[in-house]
Amino acid sequence: MTEALLEIRACCQAFPKADGEDLLVLDDINLTMKQGEIIGLLGRSGSGKSTLLRLIAGLALPVKGSLVYQGRTISGPAPGISMVFQSSALFPWLTVLENVELGLEALGLPDDEIRKRALAGIDLIGLDGYESAYPRELSGGMRQRVGFARALVVHPNILLMDEPFSALDVLTAETLRTDFLELWKDGRLPIKGVVLVTHNIEEAVLMCDRILVFSRNPGHITEEIKVDLPHPRSRMDATFRDLVERSYVALTAKPAPTRAADRFAAAGIDMVLPRVSANAMAGLMEAVAGAPYDGKADLPVIASTLQMEVDDLFPVAEALQLLRFTDIEGGDIRLTDKGKQFAEAGVDERKKLFQNELLTYVPLAGHIRRVLQERTNHMAPKRRFIDELEDHMTEEAADSTLRAVVAWARFAEAFAYDDRSETFSLDNPT
Amino acid sequence: MRGTIPISVEQGQRRGFTRWDIVAALLVLGLLVFIGEASRHLLQPLTELQAAPVSLDPMRLPEYAARTTLRMLVALLLSLVFTFTYATLAAKSRRAEKLLVPLLDILQSVPILGFISVTVVFFMSLAPGRVLGAEFAAVFAIFTSQAWNMAFSFYQSLRTVPVELLEASRVFKLSRWMQFWRVEAPFAMPQLIWNMMVSMSGSWFFVVASEAISVGNTTVTLPGIGSYIALAITQENLHAVVWAIAAMMIVILLYDQILFRPLVAWADRFRFEQQAGVMPPRSWVLDVLRRSGAVATLMAPLGRLWRRTMRWSLFEPGPRIAVVKRLNSRWVDGLWLACLAALAAYVMWRVGDFVAGNVSWQEFGRALLLGAVTLARVTILIVIATVIWLPLGVMIGMRPRLAQFIQPAAQFLAAFPANVLFPIAVSAIVVLKLDPNIWLSPLMILGTQWYILFNVVAGAMSIPSEMRDVGTNLQIRGWLWWRKIAIPAVFPYYVTGAITASGGSWNASIVAEVASWGSTKLQAYGLGAYIAQATEAGDFQRIVLGVAVMSLYVVILNRILWRPLYWYAERKFRLE
Repeated sequence: MTEALLEIRACCQAFPKADGEDLLVLDDINLTMKQGEIIGLLGRSGSGKSTLLRLIAGLALPVKGSLVYQGRTISGPAPGISMVFQSSALFPWLTVLENVELGLEALGLPDDEIRKRALAGIDLIGLDGYESAYPRELSGGMRQRVGFARALVVHPNILLMDEPFSALDVLTAETLRTDFLELWKDGRLPIKGVVLVTHNIEEAVLMCDRILVFSRNPGHITEEIKVDLPHPRSRMDATFRDLVERSYVALTAKPAPTRAADRFAAAGIDMVLPRVSANAMAGLMEAVAGAPYDGKADLPVIASTLQMEVDDLFPVAEALQLLRFTDIEGGDIRLTDKGKQFAEAGVDERKKLFQNELLTYVPLAGHIRRVLQERTNHMAPKRRFIDELEDHMTEEAADSTLRAVVAWARFAEAFAYDDRSETFSLDNPT
Repeated sequence: MRGTIPISVEQGQRRGFTRWDIVAALLVLGLLVFIGEASRHLLQPLTELQAAPVSLDPMRLPEYAARTTLRMLVALLLSLVFTFTYATLAAKSRRAEKLLVPLLDILQSVPILGFISVTVVFFMSLAPGRVLGAEFAAVFAIFTSQAWNMAFSFYQSLRTVPVELLEASRVFKLSRWMQFWRVEAPFAMPQLIWNMMVSMSGSWFFVVASEAISVGNTTVTLPGIGSYIALAITQENLHAVVWAIAAMMIVILLYDQILFRPLVAWADRFRFEQQAGVMPPRSWVLDVLRRSGAVATLMAPLGRLWRRTMRWSLFEPGPRIAVVKRLNSRWVDGLWLACLAALAAYVMWRVGDFVAGNVSWQEFGRALLLGAVTLARVTILIVIATVIWLPLGVMIGMRPRLAQFIQPAAQFLAAFPANVLFPIAVSAIVVLKLDPNIWLSPLMILGTQWYILFNVVAGAMSIPSEMRDVGTNLQIRGWLWWRKIAIPAVFPYYVTGAITASGGSWNASIVAEVASWGSTKLQAYGLGAYIAQATEAGDFQRIVLGVAVMSLYVVILNRILWRPLYWYAERKFRLE
């Protein structure tokens, strides 16, 4: 039973950038998957966890390294590896039954075998009575069940799950998780291993035997956390809480504060900026400044107080760190003096503070402001900066970064941008 | 594991013979009789046609109508085949795309009417001396008026299939054949069927021109509504014209009920947006076919056979991954581009040679000038149509009950060929001594203005009720309401309609700038009349010149006006 199900060796993945160079998104991934294992890939968005899943699914090929499954290198969708998609990806023109049968038809099985297996899968996953329904008639949870049934009926060895619960509401997600774990524990699923991509820490601890924590720039595995708890696991259990806390720390460990300062100081305009609204930043600062945290809070705690997911909270915290309003260390978020000042200030003073931090610590913002000041008419086309950014990052990242900096500059009244004419300028309408 | 199977998909035990079976049987039988009746004459020699020329007897109209409809349906079928191959190739192959898409774009703007006499010779030679050859030519002419927009819509759809659906189909290892029929074609279906309807409407316009074909000195007149109308016009028989219009209306109604309603209702399940609450389209024909046990029994083996083809390993899924062999692929790309450039240069040289040898610069200048006149005409007409139909469309769209009634009526009117109104227009112009340069123009937009109307109506219907409520709440009224709410909300829809209307009007100018009623012949000054004249005279050089200049105008207009306007509308006003 210890025979490896899947072996990933020194895998790297890169995408071409606009300037022709490659952008490394996965660096040196090594992983051996044993039979009977649920492996969790945990990380923030952009850490390459979904990219890795797509490599395993054979939807893309790595630029370096290899993925070996059943003694053969994966060079395309492999038999025995199936996938559950985040959006369920059902075909809206096929009924539940037809959706489930599709993969079996592709295998070229005889008609009666197809029908038998599809009905068994539908039965297993609790979809009886819905066979002739169309996906549009189903709730999100039921749709995702169809997605599971479709993936399971082809009797895969490895089931890949790409954030399958993240599009569902909390209750539905929990029911689906519990149902899945029950079937898995009872050995009623025709699968030998699961790879689950998630950004939800509790979900990872709840479901996985092993959690691989991903960090980005480029995406790589920073830590491996073993979860030895028996199923069903209780979220209230002390060991469970410990593991959640450990995962938080692992997720926030990188970048370390000192190194982060170096990195930001050294960084030029080539930094990809997160799309975070100034209001969200202000909200988080206020929450951390207020009672009972008083300027310092545990990330998991503040996340649950604000009813936010890690993936939503991290970019905000990171943006604040970039602007030197907070420090993040070992799963804690702490306000700097500037941060405290901001939390207490009124609207106009906040804008001033924000402008100062923005122009000082976000090189792109300072750069745009300088260019505008140097020009006699104080105007510059968007294209000018986009071209500059695209030398360093992908087209999409450049666009998103520029939008982020525009949003911040608007809040700070640092410079103006007119989307109709796609020009930056110094004057705001008065 | 389970006992009974409580589902309806099992087709084993159907109800016995029902009344629906009778209706369905009648429908099927009717269809067979129709095809047999309409295709009876195909293999007869051409001389037969001369022996039994088209007659204006209204009793012959059902047969003529059947033959015309069959031609249109065959052309539609060919258009579908063309769509599935051409558009698929363009969407699947990056290299083919570079050539095929611009080519389609040009083909869309070429007024094919001018080419009918050129292509006829070729098609007649396929079945020499038989009616079949002339039929080929007619069907081809109709095909050219239907195929382009269908292919374009299919290509667009194929390019926008959601990524997750394609990935799912790859993870589950669907073969290419299966992926096409189970994923891509269904996704494209609603849009394709809509375009089939538009094509069918549009092609009525060409029916009159395509059924009366002249090759050199001999004129072949294929029996059909088109040639019936043409004859009625030469003989100044107003009664016959009215009969023809009536027959045409009945035919349009019939194929709408028997063909397109069922198709639309059937294709509803292929809609990708998973919204609830919108009334699904219904069709009594589809209901009958679905409820009939006999049809189900007959179709079941066909369905099984069709599913069997999904197993063809001929189209192995393979790895199908874009393996990045950049250097290699760049070389091939370069080579391919060089080939295309060489081909383009060669064709340009040949065309230039052909035209230049016989056409002077003066002639070219004249064609350009005439084009400008037609351009002015089209522009003014579009402006007038906009002023009339935009406000009316918005008002209709705001009243859903009225809109439900107006929408199909507008679509019906769009099918109405201008030719049949010639008698009225020409008589009026002659009697009232009007200037044909002005008064022939409305015929150009007669059929195409409705695209503006029904697109605007659709746009107004889609304004969210909250937005309307805000307007009421803030007491926004009058011009301000039009300026800030209504016009921006319907603008993208309006642009779509105006593009179609403008393109259609250019095409229509060939028919509409020259009108005749018996021996009276009226002619306006314009490029359309120029092409029509050249066609009549069999002057190929001028046909080519006229068609090329017109394509040039349409392409330039699309590039500098319509396309930027479309993107602007998409970006600015599209309600998410």
